[in-house]
Amino acid sequence: MNTNALQFRRATEAKAFDLDHRAIVVKNTNTYHAAVARGIARFADWETARCRAAAVKWEVMNHLDRYLEEFERNVQAKGGHVHWAETGAEASQIAVSLAKQHGVRKVVKSKSMVTEEIHLNPALEAAGVTVLETDLGEYICQLRGEPPYHIVTPVMHLNRAQIAKTFNEKFGTSLDATAEQLAGIAREKLRAEFLSADMGISGGNFAVADTGMIGLCTNEGNARLTTALPRVHVAIVGIEKLVPKLEDLALFWPLLATRGTGQFLTVYNTLIGGSENFHVILLDNGRTKLLADAEQRDALHCIRCGACLNACPVYKAVGGHSYGTTYQGPIGSMITPHLRGWQDWSHLSYASSLCGNCADICSVHIPIHHHLLHNRRNSVRQHCDPLIQRLMFRVWLWGVQSASLYALGGKMARLAIWLGIAQPLARAWTKRRDLPEPPRQAFRDWWRNNERA
Amino acid sequence: MKAALFIPCFVDQFYPEVGKAMVAVLRRVGVEVCFPAEQTCCGQPAFNTGYWDEARTMAKHYCDIFDGYDVVVSPSGSCTAMVRNFYPELLGEVRHASANTFEFSEFLVKKLGVTDVGAKFPAKVTYHDSCHTLRELRLKQEPRTLLRAVKGLELIEMSEAETCCGFGGTFSVKFPTISTAMDDVKCQSIVATGAQYVVSVDSSCLMQIGGWLRRRKLPVQTKHLAEVLAQT
Repeated sequence: MNTNALQFRRATEAKAFDLDHRAIVVKNTNTYHAAVARGIARFADWETARCRAAAVKWEVMNHLDRYLEEFERNVQAKGGHVHWAETGAEASQIAVSLAKQHGVRKVVKSKSMVTEEIHLNPALEAAGVTVLETDLGEYICQLRGEPPYHIVTPVMHLNRAQIAKTFNEKFGTSLDATAEQLAGIAREKLRAEFLSADMGISGGNFAVADTGMIGLCTNEGNARLTTALPRVHVAIVGIEKLVPKLEDLALFWPLLATRGTGQFLTVYNTLIGGSENFHVILLDNGRTKLLADAEQRDALHCIRCGACLNACPVYKAVGGHSYGTTYQGPIGSMITPHLRGWQDWSHLSYASSLCGNCADICSVHIPIHHHLLHNRRNSVRQHCDPLIQRLMFRVWLWGVQSASLYALGGKMARLAIWLGIAQPLARAWTKRRDLPEPPRQAFRDWWRNNERA
Repeated sequence: MKAALFIPCFVDQFYPEVGKAMVAVLRRVGVEVCFPAEQTCCGQPAFNTGYWDEARTMAKHYCDIFDGYDVVVSPSGSCTAMVRNFYPELLGEVRHASANTFEFSEFLVKKLGVTDVGAKFPAKVTYHDSCHTLRELRLKQEPRTLLRAVKGLELIEMSEAETCCGFGGTFSVKFPTISTAMDDVKCQSIVATGAQYVVSVDSSCLMQIGGWLRRRKLPVQTKHLAEVLAQT
């Protein structure tokens, strides 16, 4: 087992029966589910909306080269700059160079998973730049020295008391501070930072090809301050974030808000483009590998609404930190082996009961659980499977091709349970569950004895 | 009508009573049944673990056996989903047996138009939606319709009816801790209904749920839908 798989196993075993964790996540996801149900009811036809969104994304992915170049031309036409990064390290390097070029000492950031993906903060800090997260959830993560627990709600695993404790440790504020008071403390701290920062770094929820703009959605207005107040704005955007036309946002904004949080629209929807101090770094970092795979290309349709995480019983059991990836939950398990290698990340494709709830709720109709099956097949093809498992399925195939061998195997299994030999061997099952009482007779034997005549 | 029975390996070896109950119910509604003896497994364990070549061999094996029958009925939503939804992708063609295999409640309600099989089972029951039945076959109302027609039966919905029980085939032993944590959530919801029985159309889910309930001596029994409908 590789180190990532081992880390995943240890983390999930520690978390799955942590009942405090379970209670917080259940409470927060239940609030979310109730809001989303109200949000979806506002659509005349939610199903058509997601099919339409999938169709728009399908068009983009099948002509991504054209849309990317159109986007670049339109950013440049308004005086902005576009940089192309093949890897995460390259993207970080570009951001660091821009910081140096502009004499930047302090960076404020709005929420961005892509900057987590490329490990931007450590790269900037190594270059002597102070970095501050300004999304409240991300700010709390930064104070705690933790990665985001969830791609949309970074501190979904914390309750008010835990956040108050973090603030108490950092700022000496009251342990009894209310949610409003805590938000007020963060606001006060961050306002000063916005005013003194030299550079603002954002992600991009959308990149609009026909206008050369990026679309940002926040509930706190921090993206507006991040992108407007400092001298320079750098947006780091994955190449899959393209939409062809500005008017596509009339669909994608409410779609993202509804599935992301249950809002009809996110509070602040901002379009940015057209200044000399605007830089966009377009990031590949493995995305073109997924694009080259016609079977699973539609995984790039993902708009990172986070709904599949909230819908996933595995995510709710193990929590976002257990995955050890930037993108958690079903979509993370699905794309990570493509982006970061099969040998190291195939285990995540197996860490699913394939219940399919993720695909049912996906904003853009990605058949995530079927892609997990494709991933499993791909990982076997690339010999990432354990040898013992491979041999077991060879033996299994040999047995099940013959009704008599199969019947003999079944009899032996039932006998082993009856004699009590199977229980220690089946420890993975029996540690917390009973095995079924083995019947004396299989159905086929009963049929042969009673029915065949 | 004549129907061939597909009794999945799991039901055959561990839950033969489910197969017998299905035979009894089908006969009661006038279906003539047969059991092709060469059948074994649909190949789902291999398919779900990534061994598609091995699974393909079993898909062909299944279709070679069942292609000669008009319809095939199975007491498992999961195996039916494997045969009907995944065989075409695996085989690159739609075989007759694949398109004409039906899950038991689906066969009764949608194929035969039967909603009352004349069963009597005076008990409080809650129904567990198995994931493959709900999200691959899209069967939600069919088993409930049949249960509601049972004399004396009170159907109580649980809050987590559509939530996975955590079985997931090899997942249940590859990641036993995650699997049982999901089982715990499911069983708490079952117990909270006050039902005496939890009913489903997949014995694999019922093995997972029953395994947890029995270990903790919780006062709920598992029953396959066919076993409930067989009671008179």
